Amino acid sequence: MKRSLVTRQPAFFALILLVISLAINLILQPNMFAGETLNSNMRVFLPIILLTVGQAIVILGGGIDISVGGTVSIVNAVLATRVGLQGSTEEMWKFVLLSLLIGLIAGSINGFFIAFLRLQPIITTYATSFLYVGLALFILPNPGGGIPGTLAGLYRNSMPLRFPLAFYVIAVILLIWWYASSTRIGKFLYAVGGKADAAYETGVPVTWVQFGTYVASGLMAALAGVAITMLSGSGNAEIGVSMTLTSITAVVVGGNALSGGVGGVVGPVFGAITLGIIQNIISFANINTWWETFVKATIIVAALAAPGVVNLFRRRKL
Amino acid sequence: MKKRFSISPPVAALLLAVILFVLSGLLPNGFGSDLGVARAQATNIVRLAVFLGVIAAGQTLVIISGSEGIDLSAGSVVTLTAILTYVLVNGANEKVFLGLLAALAVGMVIGFLNGVGITVLKISPFVMTLGMSGVVSGAIIVITHGNVTGKVAPIMTRLIARPISPSIPIPNAIILWILFGILIWLLLERISFGRQLFAIGVNRVTARLSGVDVTGTNLLTYSLAGALAGFGGFLLVGNTGVVHLQLGQPFLFPSIAAVAVGGTLLSGGKGSYWGTMAGAIVLTLITSLLTTMQMPDSVRRMVLGATLLVLISIYGRQRSLRQ
Repeated sequence: MKRSLVTRQPAFFALILLVISLAINLILQPNMFAGETLNSNMRVFLPIILLTVGQAIVILGGGIDISVGGTVSIVNAVLATRVGLQGSTEEMWKFVLLSLLIGLIAGSINGFFIAFLRLQPIITTYATSFLYVGLALFILPNPGGGIPGTLAGLYRNSMPLRFPLAFYVIAVILLIWWYASSTRIGKFLYAVGGKADAAYETGVPVTWVQFGTYVASGLMAALAGVAITMLSGSGNAEIGVSMTLTSITAVVVGGNALSGGVGGVVGPVFGAITLGIIQNIISFANINTWWETFVKATIIVAALAAPGVVNLFRRRKL
Repeated sequence: MKKRFSISPPVAALLLAVILFVLSGLLPNGFGSDLGVARAQATNIVRLAVFLGVIAAGQTLVIISGSEGIDLSAGSVVTLTAILTYVLVNGANEKVFLGLLAALAVGMVIGFLNGVGITVLKISPFVMTLGMSGVVSGAIIVITHGNVTGKVAPIMTRLIARPISPSIPIPNAIILWILFGILIWLLLERISFGRQLFAIGVNRVTARLSGVDVTGTNLLTYSLAGALAGFGGFLLVGNTGVVHLQLGQPFLFPSIAAVAVGGTLLSGGKGSYWGTMAGAIVLTLITSLLTTMQMPDSVRRMVLGATLLVLISIYGRQRSLRQ
C-alpha cells in the first residue's frame, strides 16, 4: 500500500503550513525578515518553542504533560521574587540554575507517578499542574516583582552576528535532538511510544525511558519559564497556565501523533512558530477584536483538518 | 491463586466521600454533632455535584469509547447552551421546552462536528475538541459581544434550584440527577449502543471484525456527549439564574477528573456512570471543604492536586508491563 507523503513525513506538512503562514505574514508585514522585526517575533515565540520541544518528547514516548505551564509559573514566580528588579547578574544566574533544578524535580515527580506507579499521564499531570500552579501562587500571590531591565534586555535585544538569539537556542536544541535521536536512547523513545509492551518484551527499559521523557519536559518547561520571565521582565504566577494547551496543539500541528511513536521534534518547532505567526497575522490583518478568538481557532482547526482532507481526497481519486 | 480483596471504584469513591465528610465535621467551623446541620451540608454538596455530574456524563461516554477519547469542548458548549437557554427562554415558562431542545440540538451539532473531525479526518480527539472549544468560545464572543440579555423562567428555578416541597428538603436537582443516572445506566448497560461503545473502547479492530459499526458508534458517542453537555448548560443556568462568558470552562477539567476518580479507565473500554457520579461528589466535596476552611487559593489548589494524586494512585493504576 502506498502511503502519502503526509503520513510518511509528518514534518513535511508542518513545513508547508509554516511556509504558507510565513507568506501571508510577509504580505501583511513586508519588513518581517528585517533584523529587528525578526528578533522581536522570535523572542516572543521562543518560550512556546522550548515548551513544545519538551511536550513533543513526552508525546513521542506515548504520554502527555499538562503540568508544563505550572512549571513555567513556578520558575517565573521564583525569579521574580528572589532576583527582584534591583537584583545583580550573579543572583540571576544562581536562580536560573535553581530554576533548572526545579524543572528537573517537577518532571521527576510526574515521571515517578506515571512511569513507576503507572498512573494515567493526562490525569496525573493534571493533578500535578494544580500542585505546581498552587506553589507558584504561594510564592507570588499577586502579580509583581521582576528581574532587572538590563538582564531582560540581554534576552530581548541580543543579536550575535545579527541573528536573533532565539535562532541559536533553537539550533543548539535541534543539534542535541539530532544527536540523541540517533543514539540507542532515541530508538528506545520511539519504541516505547509506538508499543510499550512490545518494547518491554525486547528488553527496552520502558520505565526509565518514560521517566526520562517527563524529566526532559520539566527541564524544557523550566527553560521556557526563564525565557518568558526575561521576555516580560515581570512576575505573574498564572503566566504559564495558557501555554500548556498551546504547546500540545503545536506538537500536533507539527505532525506528531498524540498516541506516540510518530514524528519528531523539528515538526513541533515548526508547529510552534506557525501558531505564533497565525497570532501575528490576526493582529496585522485588522480583524475586528470580537472576531479574533473565533478566527484564530477556526484557522487552527482547519490546519489540523488539512492533512485528513488531503488524505480523504487522495483515497477518493484512487 | 490468592484472591485479592477488591472494592469497586464507585463504592470506594463514595466511601471516601463519606469519610471526608465525617472528618470535616471535626473542623473548628464544621457541623460537630449537629445532625440537622450535617444533613443540610451533605444535601447541599450533592446538589452542587449535580451540575459537574451531568457535564461529566458526556465525558464518561467519550472516554469509554477509547482511542484517547476525550471532550475538551464540553466547557464552552456548556457556556454556549446556557447563554442560548437564557436568551431564548427570556423569563417565559412556555418557552422552557424550546430552550431545552435548542440546548440539546446545538450541543449535539457541535458534538457531531467533533465526531466528524475525529472519525473522518482522523484528528486526535484531544486537539480536535480543544480546537472546537476555541471555535465555540470565539463564536460566543462574536454572538454576544460580551453582554447577554435574557432571564431564566420561574419554572426552571422551581424544578432545578428549589427543594421538592417545604416539608421534603431534598432539592429537585438531586432527583433529576438520579433519573438522569438511571437513563445513562440504561444507555450503557441495557441497549446495544452501550455494548458497542464498550466494544470499540476495548479494541476497535476486534469490534469491527465482530460487526460493530465503529465510525457510526464513534460519531454517535461524540454527538451524544455534545447533547449531554448542552443539557448540563441548560441545568446550570437554571440553577445560577445568571450567565457569564466563563460559566462552563471551570467544569471542564473537573469533569475529566470526576470520570477518572470514578474508576473509568482513561484509555477506554471500562467504566461506569455511577463511578462518575461518585467522582463528581468527591470532587465537589473536596472543593467546598477547602473553601469553607478559608484557605488561600494557592493552598487550595495544592491540596486539590495532592488529593487527586492520592485518589488516582489508589485505583487509577494501569496494568503492569510484566503481565
